Amino acid sequence: MPFARYVEPGRVALVADGPLKGKLVSVVDVIDQTRALVDGPGSGVPRQQIRLNQLHLTKFRLKYAFTAPTRLVRKAWTDAKLNEKWTESQWAQKLANKEKRAQMTDYDRFKLTAARVKRNRARTAVFKSLKVKAARAGTFGKKNIPKAAAKKVRTKKATKKPAKK
Amino acid sequence: MAPTQPKAVAKPAAATAGAVTKKKSTKKPRNYDLGNGVMRFSKSKMFHKKAKYKFIGKKNPKPEKPKKLTVVVKQIGGEKNGGTRTVPLKRRKSFYPTQEKIRASSGGRPFSKHVRRIRPNLKIGTVCILLAGRHAGKRVVLVGILPSGLLLVTGPFAFNSCPLRRIPQRYVIGTSTRISLGNFKLPKHFNDDYFKKNKKCVKRTVKRKEGDDIFATKKEKYVPSEQRKTDQKTVDEAVIKAIGARPDKKVLRGYLKAAFGLRSSQYPHRLRF
Repeated sequence: MPFARYVEPGRVALVADGPLKGKLVSVVDVIDQTRALVDGPGSGVPRQQIRLNQLHLTKFRLKYAFTAPTRLVRKAWTDAKLNEKWTESQWAQKLANKEKRAQMTDYDRFKLTAARVKRNRARTAVFKSLKVKAARAGTFGKKNIPKAAAKKVRTKKATKKPAKK
Repeated sequence: MAPTQPKAVAKPAAATAGAVTKKKSTKKPRNYDLGNGVMRFSKSKMFHKKAKYKFIGKKNPKPEKPKKLTVVVKQIGGEKNGGTRTVPLKRRKSFYPTQEKIRASSGGRPFSKHVRRIRPNLKIGTVCILLAGRHAGKRVVLVGILPSGLLLVTGPFAFNSCPLRRIPQRYVIGTSTRISLGNFKLPKHFNDDYFKKNKKCVKRTVKRKEGDDIFATKKEKYVPSEQRKTDQKTVDEAVIKAIGARPDKKVLRGYLKAAFGLRSSQYPHRLRF
């Protein structure tokens, strides 16, 4: 299966370039090999032609006949709950995270690194203690490990930054 | 007496002549070109019109102009100097100055009176990232702006050992983090002179006195004066107090203590500060 997504009527795509960048559109008709007629009643995009190399195809597909009027496209869009599905999708979340990351100020970035350091320390501490335990139990590694006072495990920071990825 | 009389005569004559020419200037000329060099009135017609016959054979006595002096004879003192010198009053045509004239300045404003435009995000209390100098990369607090247009900045010293320091706004990134210093005011004696460097500490060598070792390079060690120390304290106290009043004081302290740096695929022109 070389291609799973086609430029076809009903195919939902993300505009990757141009003034509409970042908006969802749905293909209504294919004009020629390079252009398609698209419509985005659910994302505020008026019906227009767009070059295919400006589009990134998504897995979503709406059901309507080709050259369907905006009215029908809108109906299909709302019936399929496309906007909700899109925001739930991993792709959209990644984009949202990217945006959040771009909006971070210098202070925010510092806070994020501090939180990461804290998390990683806690993680390594837990990992090391598990490792020692496993070694003692003889699962792997050296068998004779002297009993050392286990270091206090630092707790994870409660409020993690949402933009972490 | 001779030069004064002609002047008195000439004056009224000139005045009347001026009046006549003024009237004429508003009118068209009496004689004009019809085209192809043919004039409306012939030469003889104009002779009558202008009544030139009245003036035939008459002569106005020309006023004698006083001769302008071109040379002055000056007395010269001292022996064997010839006694006098004739000095030309006007410069010769071939005169070429051996020394350039000292011209008055063009009227532009000197640097001290330039208008200082500080970037709008650089308000007092802003956390800045220093980009140049010994403390480059440090995050510091903007405390004031001096009349020379330089920013006055402090670490605080206890946090990142950056003292009260001047820096041009070019060499600073202003972040969006701002510490509200309230109605804190800088001591009045803070001016540019106060922060000027002690040249002796900067220069590699201080002038040797006779008898000093030739190879020893002297460099006076910089020691902050007591005044500096107390000033540093007063300013830092206010800043630290303002930081302490914030809910995120712990994080903010760590922020000021940490140095700024770029990671991979971070570009300062794409980042928000």
